[in-house]
Amino acid sequence: MASVCFYFQVHQPTRLRRYTVFDKDHHYFDEHKNSLVCRKVANKCYLPANRLILDLIRRFEGRFKVAYSITGVLLEQLQTYSPEVMSTFDALAQTGCVEFLAETYYHSLSFLYSRDEFIEQINKHCETIERLFGQKPRVFRNTELIYNNELAGLIESLENFDTILSEGADHILGYRSPNYVYRPQGCERLNLLLKNYALSDDIAFRFSNHTWKEWPLTAGKFAQWVSSVNGNGYVVNLFMDYETFGEHQWEDTGIFDFMRHLPEEILKHPDNDFKTPSEAVDSYEPVGVVDVPHLISWADTERDLSAWLGNAMQSNAIHELYRLEEKVKKLGDHSIITDWRKLQTSDHFYYMCTKYFADGDVHKYFNPYNSPYDSYINFMNVLDNLEGRCSRQAGATNLCDTSQNKNPPGLQAAS
Amino acid sequence: MRVFMLGWEFPPFISGGLGTACYGLTKAMDRLGIQVTFVLPKMVEAQYATHVNLLTPESSRSRSSRLKALKNVRFRAINTPLQAYATPDVYQRQLEHTLQQKQLACGGKGCTIGPISGIEYEGDMYSEVYRYAAIAAELAADEEFDVVHAHDWMTYPAGMAVARMSGKPLIVHIHSTEFDRSGEHVNQMIYDIEREGMHCADRVIAVSHYTRNIVINRYGVSSDKVEVVYNGADRNDNGDWNLSEAGIAKDEKIVLFLGRITMQKGPEYFLAAAKKVLGVMDNVKFVMAGSGDMMHRAVELAAEFGIGHKVLFTGFLRGEDVQRIYRMADLYVMPSVSEPFGIAPLEALHNDVPVIISKQSGVSEVLHHALKVDFWDVDEIANKIVAVLRYPPLEMTLRDYGNFEVRRLRWMDAASTCAKIYSETLAAV
Repeated sequence: MASVCFYFQVHQPTRLRRYTVFDKDHHYFDEHKNSLVCRKVANKCYLPANRLILDLIRRFEGRFKVAYSITGVLLEQLQTYSPEVMSTFDALAQTGCVEFLAETYYHSLSFLYSRDEFIEQINKHCETIERLFGQKPRVFRNTELIYNNELAGLIESLENFDTILSEGADHILGYRSPNYVYRPQGCERLNLLLKNYALSDDIAFRFSNHTWKEWPLTAGKFAQWVSSVNGNGYVVNLFMDYETFGEHQWEDTGIFDFMRHLPEEILKHPDNDFKTPSEAVDSYEPVGVVDVPHLISWADTERDLSAWLGNAMQSNAIHELYRLEEKVKKLGDHSIITDWRKLQTSDHFYYMCTKYFADGDVHKYFNPYNSPYDSYINFMNVLDNLEGRCSRQAGATNLCDTSQNKNPPGLQAAS
Repeated sequence: MRVFMLGWEFPPFISGGLGTACYGLTKAMDRLGIQVTFVLPKMVEAQYATHVNLLTPESSRSRSSRLKALKNVRFRAINTPLQAYATPDVYQRQLEHTLQQKQLACGGKGCTIGPISGIEYEGDMYSEVYRYAAIAAELAADEEFDVVHAHDWMTYPAGMAVARMSGKPLIVHIHSTEFDRSGEHVNQMIYDIEREGMHCADRVIAVSHYTRNIVINRYGVSSDKVEVVYNGADRNDNGDWNLSEAGIAKDEKIVLFLGRITMQKGPEYFLAAAKKVLGVMDNVKFVMAGSGDMMHRAVELAAEFGIGHKVLFTGFLRGEDVQRIYRMADLYVMPSVSEPFGIAPLEALHNDVPVIISKQSGVSEVLHHALKVDFWDVDEIANKIVAVLRYPPLEMTLRDYGNFEVRRLRWMDAASTCAKIYSETLAAV
């Protein structure tokens, strides 16, 4: 059997407005720009892609399935700027063929800096998904597929996830194939699904590259590659950014047509099918243990953390940010906490990256700043103001223990 | 390859980037084995905008001399009061000053001073430029060369004369245009000379795409004639200068402006930004290193802004003093209104100083690891200054990456490109 397991990552950050050292107000985010981007991406990607997937699900009467992970910060923006997209996601949820995954609400790197904050953000995300789509996520993916053994252990201890996703990087797999279900090192129960990066990137990156030897990629050709997994693998994990459909790969590359024909081509082979991540782990037992002692991710050629933490500015900014956690939470001011959380979105640090190698182009295209230095300066000016707000408020009011914690009670880490 | 080169300045007698550029290029050509005859104006100990020393009359044919380090370069000097960066009024004033001094020397107003060594003390700048051209052509008759290479407008008539007489191709090198120096109020005669030079030349070299565009659009030169050769900067090898020697224990940050204090360099924007910075930070001093026609105005402005006690003027710096001031600086700012290239930021980076540069400059085409601003955006300049001074990781990253990046910008590459242009021009002739 070759079970195709699609998972689409759907995310937009809340971008900062231009904020100089002379700005004093508390409006850090560029609502105008964020709304423009949201609507643009909605029109180029979310709406046509959602409609396509819906159409495919109906046409194949339950044999075509996909999974989504939608960040909290995007859900908020969609509700404000493009509510029609929300209704297409609703429709998708109701088909019963779509699984929603869990991640940190704010698409943050909090796992690396604050376990408490990390868990609170997961809780908030799960609660939101359940409220909006009526599903309780059983599958977890960390921001940018950042993963190691310790993360898996932590997720397993939360006791409401069965499966975790990660990048099927060569240096952790060695000779092994990503086309099986695995178990993370140190876990007893949790399942691990690894991205087949070769096949995923064929669609997500190489699809429109005319110099690629496999261009043009047709649904039929791709289906053959999938079929050839039969006999040496069970799952074909195709994990990618949802913006592949319409943004990274523009409509005129034929990406929508490709997707439109793909289920049909894949299902031509009787041993192929589509499964959601949960279905995949229910169907296939883990075949081995995968040891990932050091952190990996799905980013750039290095598959490490250098895109967000590769230079002094990035690590300084992120440290300063998390240094404020105690102060911010003690105050219990909802708007300060929310602002602080929105600053945690990994994109802010991505923009500060100074790598100019092969993947540099990817960094630059989506960067709202002219240079990584501009983004650092902007971020630090905002953070400075936030810190000032905290200090002033702490000084002004006598600190009582009002926890206006908006997170739902619940999932605590089992000790 | 033998080059007859006409320039304006050469260290140590420099007053700006032109001299540094000529030096860098010539040194690199020397290493490539290109033979250069470099013709310079000779006014002994000329210091820009200060006093002029008495000229010892000599024959206009001077012997050639060499600098020890440059094996393939010979220098020929022509006596003339012409200096780089002078405008016609400045030239006039200096000439009168020289005349007065000569009259004093020969005992009072009674003396008549005829032309000495050919210099007409009663002429104006333009006639001097053409006289210079005639002498240069005479000089060239003694020399053997393959191409003529002229730097900036004052040498163009000379370049054209030499080219015409020798029949060799002419290459003009644009380090700046009237539009950079004078904004929109260009001096018509200088413009005409620039234009004539560019049209007469076989090839035109511009120091940046910024300048190339001006040449094409404002001077009507066809685009396939103009090529870009970026200036470079070489790491100074006398950089074993010990910080502790100078006894620097700074608790105050130093923000540096280094360059001619003239309209083109945006000194008023520097000072306006300084005022904004001082509104939010106290332990910072602003240093303006250089002199120029706006120097007095700058001092006044600093006082008007109420920041006089925080702004230091060093006057013109040369030699080791330049390096010393870079080493003391925490940040270098170049708010130029219109900068054809801008070598100083490269020197700053070689000295481990992060830079903020105007987007209206040629150097912003080649530097990634620099903070860039529009020269008029005083808020943003101030914002960036404060950020660099406040956040060490920013300063560190800019400094490290910038220092690494600037090593790519070498005079050897500029010289090789020039050599390539020479060959192409000769082949086409």
